[in-house]
Amino acid sequence: MLVAAALAIFVSMSLMLVRAFAGPTTYDRLLSVNSFGSKTVLLIGVMGFANGRPDFLDIAIVYALINFVTTIGILKFFRYRTLEVSLSTRRRAVADASGERPDA
Amino acid sequence: MLEQAASIAAFVGQGLVLAGAIVTIIGSVGVLRFPDFYTRIHAASVTDTLGAGLIIVGLVLLGGGFFVTVKLLIIWGLILITGPTASHALANAAFTSHVKPLGRGDLRQPSASDEG
Repeated sequence: MLVAAALAIFVSMSLMLVRAFAGPTTYDRLLSVNSFGSKTVLLIGVMGFANGRPDFLDIAIVYALINFVTTIGILKFFRYRTLEVSLSTRRRAVADASGERPDA
Repeated sequence: MLEQAASIAAFVGQGLVLAGAIVTIIGSVGVLRFPDFYTRIHAASVTDTLGAGLIIVGLVLLGGGFFVTVKLLIIWGLILITGPTASHALANAAFTSHVKPLGRGDLRQPSASDEG
């Protein structure tokens, strides 16, 4: 039963890869990569239980964290074309990047 | 009595894991076949949250000791927090960079009676 579930998750990851290659916009690709990552977390958990050795859940936790940070980072990069922007002071930083003087 | 309860929990847990995997496949087919970015993000985000919840609750019922259960619940909490946040950030970024949602009539195919 667990092996069948792991195979099903694997099939859905393959479908997500198809959308990642075919997606017309950047956001489609990013959506499918994000979903692929969370399915990877589930696959690690299910495979650990299927092998009878659920010791890889730490890796799954780290994968969930990295997945979220990656999505937000890539979104930020495609919006500002740089990662050197603090998201809390973005107005001034964007003005700096475009050569204008920031508001005093 | 206790062994019976444990075997029932294992059975229900396997059923939940399988149900979660099926929900995950349904979501992936939706991401492949839906016509628009916003409909795709709907399919992906909803089925990710539901499928992850079902699979992790099923794995908890399968049992594996205290620390394994705690780790599974941590993963569930992370997915419950980060999944909708990432989906909202994606939709917000797409909308502010002028990705248009489908309008009314965009999906109508010219039928045979229209052409005749």
